[in-house]
Amino acid sequence: MNFSNFLLMRHEILLLTITLLLLISEIFIHKNKKGSLVHLAIFLFGIHTAVGFLHLDESSLFGGMFRTNTMIHFFKNILNIGVFILLLKSADWLQEKIVNQNRGTEFFILLFSSLLGMYFMISSGDFLMFYIGLELSTLPVAALAAFETTKRISSESGIKLILSAALASGVSLFGISMLYATSGSIYFNDIADVIISSNLTILGFILFFAGLAFKISLVPFHFWTADVYEGAPISVASYLSVISKGAAVFILMVLLFTVFKPLMHVWENLVYVVALATMFIGNLFALRQQNMKRFLAFSSIAQAGFILLGLITGNLLGIATIVYFVLIYIFSNLAAFGVVQAISLKAGKENMDDYNGLYRTNPLLSLVMMLALFSLAGIPPVAGFFGKFFLFTAAASKGYYFLVFLAVVNVTISLYYYLLVIRAMFIRKSDNPIPFFKSKLYMRLGLLITVIGILALGLYSPLYDYIYKLSSVFN
Amino acid sequence: MDILSLFVTVPVLTIVALVFTKGLKQARIISMVGSFVQLGMAINLIFAYFKERAINDSIMVFTKDVVWFEQFNIHYAIGVDGISVALLLLTSIVVLAGVFISWKMADLPKEFFISLLVLSTGVYGFFISIDLFTMFVFYEIAVIPMYLLIGIWGSGPKEYSAMKLTLMLMGASAVLLVGILGIYFNSNADGGVLTFNILEIAQVNIPFEAQKLFFPLTFIGFAVLGALFPFHTWSPDGHASAPTAVSMLHAGVLMKLGGYGVFRVAMYLLPEGAMHWDWFFIILAATGVIYGAFGALQQKDLKYINAYSSVSHLGMVLFALLMLNKTAWNGAILQSLSHGFMTALFFALIGMIYGRTHTRDITKLGGLLKVIPFISAIYVIAGLASLGLPGFSGFVAEMNIFVGAFQNEELFYRIATIISVSAIVVTAVYILRVVGIMLMGPIKNEAFLSIPKVTWYEKTGILLLLIPIVGMGVAPLWLSDMILESLQPFIQGVL
Repeated sequence: MNFSNFLLMRHEILLLTITLLLLISEIFIHKNKKGSLVHLAIFLFGIHTAVGFLHLDESSLFGGMFRTNTMIHFFKNILNIGVFILLLKSADWLQEKIVNQNRGTEFFILLFSSLLGMYFMISSGDFLMFYIGLELSTLPVAALAAFETTKRISSESGIKLILSAALASGVSLFGISMLYATSGSIYFNDIADVIISSNLTILGFILFFAGLAFKISLVPFHFWTADVYEGAPISVASYLSVISKGAAVFILMVLLFTVFKPLMHVWENLVYVVALATMFIGNLFALRQQNMKRFLAFSSIAQAGFILLGLITGNLLGIATIVYFVLIYIFSNLAAFGVVQAISLKAGKENMDDYNGLYRTNPLLSLVMMLALFSLAGIPPVAGFFGKFFLFTAAASKGYYFLVFLAVVNVTISLYYYLLVIRAMFIRKSDNPIPFFKSKLYMRLGLLITVIGILALGLYSPLYDYIYKLSSVFN
Repeated sequence: MDILSLFVTVPVLTIVALVFTKGLKQARIISMVGSFVQLGMAINLIFAYFKERAINDSIMVFTKDVVWFEQFNIHYAIGVDGISVALLLLTSIVVLAGVFISWKMADLPKEFFISLLVLSTGVYGFFISIDLFTMFVFYEIAVIPMYLLIGIWGSGPKEYSAMKLTLMLMGASAVLLVGILGIYFNSNADGGVLTFNILEIAQVNIPFEAQKLFFPLTFIGFAVLGALFPFHTWSPDGHASAPTAVSMLHAGVLMKLGGYGVFRVAMYLLPEGAMHWDWFFIILAATGVIYGAFGALQQKDLKYINAYSSVSHLGMVLFALLMLNKTAWNGAILQSLSHGFMTALFFALIGMIYGRTHTRDITKLGGLLKVIPFISAIYVIAGLASLGLPGFSGFVAEMNIFVGAFQNEELFYRIATIISVSAIVVTAVYILRVVGIMLMGPIKNEAFLSIPKVTWYEKTGILLLLIPIVGMGVAPLWLSDMILESLQPFIQGVL
């Protein structure tokens, strides 16, 4: 075997190296200067993100267990950017709350292992690798959710996540075993050749779908979402809602469009129903949320419902629009979570009422939040509009006009609750507003990147064309 | 930069400049300069348009086409005809007047002017677009600042009104989105490529089934902004709660997007759908005309009176468009322009009266002609223009509408026309009622005697709006000719 083949796993190997480096470096850093661990982590991960953009060819390793192509590669880069922003905006929280408990490395190791799991999941060429990736990406997050050990609610959220995740991956594994029973292989390529729509295959597929639906928090597998988001540290909640969801969407899409293509007449209907349920339940439950984390939890459930509109197409247009939407969604949602995190860290407030009059004390932060919410709501000229418009176009291209109609009804419902936050920040006045504060450099840098992303990703059209070109590898 | 893209660039540059200003004085000067340049450009565009028209007989002139999203064949495509040129002029005048009327905006002035200009950017962009996607983008950009404008600077139940207005309009635009996608995916019916370009789609024979399905979606999507009954309910609440300049801009300009969109997109691209659904929307529009008039008759709040009168007048625009003939269409466009100036003037005057007397309830006002003669006199003029007195813009418009409408000889159209015409009488009643109660009679309140005089900036704002009203009334022909000429492609395409 040619060892240069391992370079195909560049992302994975580099990330593993960084994780180990951080682990070792903690030994050498003086205990009064543990804060510099955060600088080191951000620096190393920044390099990792940058290196990821180097070109990579399409190939596979280990007899097809691990595969990579330009699209998979691009998607890993998207995840990297997301995690990088996440690290930037978590830096303050880590330095103030976590590092002095000597748990800084712990955080990074868990976070990076989970990301490593996602890499493997995305790159998987058979169900074994897929399953290992799925587990590796979920289990560390459960530990992360329970990271604020002094808070009961954080432990509760960790327990909830691990129990539901275990159940979900169990169900998924059961489904996979059925698929193996019918097709005699766990390799994606082999299954794609022999799969036929027998009852057992369909049952297996649905069970498998349920496992991923749990990760994307599609209705009816969404019950854990709001509780876990509320209890978990905000960094972890945003990781769950952005990175983890994005990776699961990607692999689900790839599997549906390649392995389960012959079952399209089955999963079309499934996706149709789940999309509607997810949009409506996510949006209707978000209407009355007061806690910002729960609010964003339901909003992110609803957003997942919109993603399914691209999934239903089963063609290249669907792939391109979904990847584009996820990219935009990462920026928008991280911006929203970033503001919530900044405020929570400085003022300790997480309720919507606490945001009353925010614009008059913290105008910049309010503007960032407004852009993020407009992007989530899909209002031009910010990027979210383009993402949603293209998803709807993709669904309409297959003639699903009624589904698009119901989706736009949902866009209007969602606009209501996004405007509630804007109302609190800009219109309402408060006797006791959050006082003016200045976030530290990393947080500001993180928010700046998200704002640039929100403004530029939509208007700069070559990006979409690039993504569309990449998606042709799945043809 | 081409002559049309400047219409979007200048407000954007003004907004950028505003970001760096401090305080009211700088903000208003910058906005005034920006809007003034815009007005100059609009006037220049009229002359340039006539010059270009003499040598260029394509449907749209000053066209420019830049590929935006290649994959979907989305272009940034712009161009104007006589109708959009006239509406651009309307917009620039109303925006400038709005800036003058908001001269003393004390609370968050910078943010106020920025939101106002974002709104106007959306409107300018909408009128110059000939690509459905670009048009839709600008449409939403124009609508969303209303939420902040009403919410932050409004009065009364402003949170409720702002939310109601935004949700209804954005809901409508969501419906419109489905309509636009429907048009887009049928734009290759003749074997071409999918396109968003209006001029190209107009050449395509979209299948009748699709037209039947997507016409109502597109029509309603736009017409909600044009206060189509029964989707008009956002308008009275929104206008009553909005600050003066925003009411002016919204009733004067933004609501015109509805009629324009209905005409340019729904009817032009889906003519068979329009014929199929004609009767249904005529019933709604005629109901709106008469309902708005009677609504105005019932109200005591000046802004509500004017808002219901807008429902009635814009109902006439939709009504005339649906009459499907040249004269009525000409009337509809003229009515859009005339109503734009008139209603902006009304709202400006109401704002001044409210600023001085601190009430908009006409039963508490009286004898204003004695204390603020300038405002009162202009109010009478605006009222007379609104009820269609010859010599003012309203007459020209309504005359065209009803002459056109009466050309349809079927009984149904006749009945609808007669019902709508009767609204003119009601209009006269509610206008004269306000004039009688509010302006004539004894001075009801001692405090009125000491109210301040009209300032120069208020006068400037008023005059800006008054001149076109009189101008259109006295010399309507050049405008009418310009519009009639531009109606030619519609006549070929639709009739």
